[in-house]
Amino acid sequence: MGFLTYLINGLSLGSVYALIALGYTMVYGIAKMLNFAHGDVIMLGAYLVFMCMSNAGLPAVVSIVIAIVCCTAIGIIIEKIAYKPLRRATNLAVLITAIGVSYFLQNMALLIFGSNPVSFTSVVKWSGLSLAGGQLKITGSAIVTIITCLIIMFALMWFVKNTKPGQAMRAVSEDKDAAILMGINVNATISLTFAIGSGLAAIAGALLCSAYPTLNPYTGSMPGIKAFTAAVFGGIGSIPGALIGGLLLGVIEILAKAYISSQLADAIVFAVLIIVLLVKPTGILGKQIKEKV
Amino acid sequence: MKKKILSMGLCAALTASLFAGCGANGGAATSTETVDTSGELTWRLGGIGPITGGAAQYGQGVMNAIQIAVDEVNEAGGINGYKVSFNFQDDETDPQKAVNAYNTLKDWGMQILEGTVTSGACAAVSAETYNDRIFQLTPSASSTSVTEGHDNTFQICFSDPNQGTVSADYIAENSLGTKIGIIYDSSDPYSSGVYQNFAKEAANVGLEIVATEAFTADNKTDFSTQLQKCKDAGADLLFLPFYYQEGSVVLKQAHDMSYAPIMFGVDGFDGLLGVKDFDVSLAEGVYLLTPFAADATDDATKNFVTKYEEQFGGTPNQFAADAYDGVYILKEALESAGLTPEASNEEICEALIGAIQNVNYNGLTGEGMTWNEKGEVSKSPKAVIIENGGYVSVE
Repeated sequence: MGFLTYLINGLSLGSVYALIALGYTMVYGIAKMLNFAHGDVIMLGAYLVFMCMSNAGLPAVVSIVIAIVCCTAIGIIIEKIAYKPLRRATNLAVLITAIGVSYFLQNMALLIFGSNPVSFTSVVKWSGLSLAGGQLKITGSAIVTIITCLIIMFALMWFVKNTKPGQAMRAVSEDKDAAILMGINVNATISLTFAIGSGLAAIAGALLCSAYPTLNPYTGSMPGIKAFTAAVFGGIGSIPGALIGGLLLGVIEILAKAYISSQLADAIVFAVLIIVLLVKPTGILGKQIKEKV
Repeated sequence: MKKKILSMGLCAALTASLFAGCGANGGAATSTETVDTSGELTWRLGGIGPITGGAAQYGQGVMNAIQIAVDEVNEAGGINGYKVSFNFQDDETDPQKAVNAYNTLKDWGMQILEGTVTSGACAAVSAETYNDRIFQLTPSASSTSVTEGHDNTFQICFSDPNQGTVSADYIAENSLGTKIGIIYDSSDPYSSGVYQNFAKEAANVGLEIVATEAFTADNKTDFSTQLQKCKDAGADLLFLPFYYQEGSVVLKQAHDMSYAPIMFGVDGFDGLLGVKDFDVSLAEGVYLLTPFAADATDDATKNFVTKYEEQFGGTPNQFAADAYDGVYILKEALESAGLTPEASNEEICEALIGAIQNVNYNGLTGEGMTWNEKGEVSKSPKAVIIENGGYVSVE
């Protein structure tokens, strides 16, 4: 029974990682850049939901919709100001900028919201399932997170495969210059990618804080790093890879805490990552990209 | 043109968000400076602690209490005829920010530091004060790393070894539990220090530790695995040596998984009842350690608690009381050394190191407090239980 409880805890933690990882992998897959500010957009999303729900008294669904709209706007603004001028710069310059944006958002949140943690009211009112005579409990927020994750994953896969903007995204991802020659608006496509990624961040923020209800300006940073790890683990750029990577990472983390040592849990998680990358450098579902000469 | 519109839009957004923030938390003060010191020679007393962040209740308590004591001292004619000016800086419990705050205070001309409030930050700052020869008296940083090797640093609170040992003895003497589960913060010197000394003493008094679990500062929102392991190991008492913010999360998660052992925190649990949006009924029956009871009936406590409630609202916690005592301890030591603010920091520091060891002080947090050359105070902690939403002494 203990094992099943740990497994369920692992899956609920993993589903949060997966949800964040989807945003990471989406942006990396198309714009080929690591958006380290993703975790902080999640934090902003969570604060927006918190303010709508606790201060303005709006229902959860309305709050999330407002947060999605605001985060989408924030994502587009960040992209326009911080990343777009660097379109032709080296990857390293963009990476450093992303780290800068991340700190900027954290410090701005510190200024606006203060560093006092707030107790987040769960957006999921359902208390969850109780199995095996109350011995096994699955919280409502874990179930909602996993289902949301699956819906978003399939929706993204369908969008990228079957729609015009989705096709443009794949083209940009494969070869930016050729895409321009084919008449694709690369800037608009990348902006759209950021908009989608940031909108997802708002949902991730609401669900992250529903599962673990302490919210402060640093809330996004550690889950952000873990989710990035999950995205690399599953094969960065691959949408189903993000889901698998996230779930696996959560389960490994909880099982390591439970059966090996709670002191070493994080070290074990990252050790597993190193081993996976040694064996399969592109991650579990990553594709080998041939270098064109 | 496009850029101009964009930047104007950004400015508008920023301004709007600033106002939104003010509405949300009423604007947080990050530092205070009181008593206009222009022209007049005064004692410059600095303070550092978290006024915001996860241990904000401690920093605010300490800041407010020092303010009360400084006002009283100034009203009564100051120390050796000179008034005290007081400047308190925020460190958010972060060692790096604490050192920044310390540098700010040094620029202000600080002569004596009463701080910092939490152990991790204090250890960083005491290394600096040791080098700069500034006398430091901490109201609440209980780790031995604060005083070890620093002859200029003294504690008003009892130390971690003391807390760990007293807790184990108390649990054994009162047979509160036989199977002990421990959860501690392995990234925090205070938490690990108390845990190690508790484990040592537990072996001496025959307590059985069935589970020892840890978490780190990066990973302190989910304790369900640690709790589950303690539950599976059959622990009937949980020893929880960390701060109240994480404490409130642990209590909630334990409740959610219907696990109800006896919860035993140390001084870090003081403040539990003040956590925002926390269901205080979950804290019923929780034990914690403190040298101070706000409901005590002696005149000194009543005077302090009344003044605190009038000026700042809310009931002062043990760290506020420690900090209040601190000002008077400094006063007594400065008077016995016969110093004036004209002395250099180094002279004040050397004189106080000697003088404080001869002080025998009766304060809010203990009778006949004395200090040894290691910087430790002689008082010992008392256990308190939370009943009906208040702290009740158990003797």
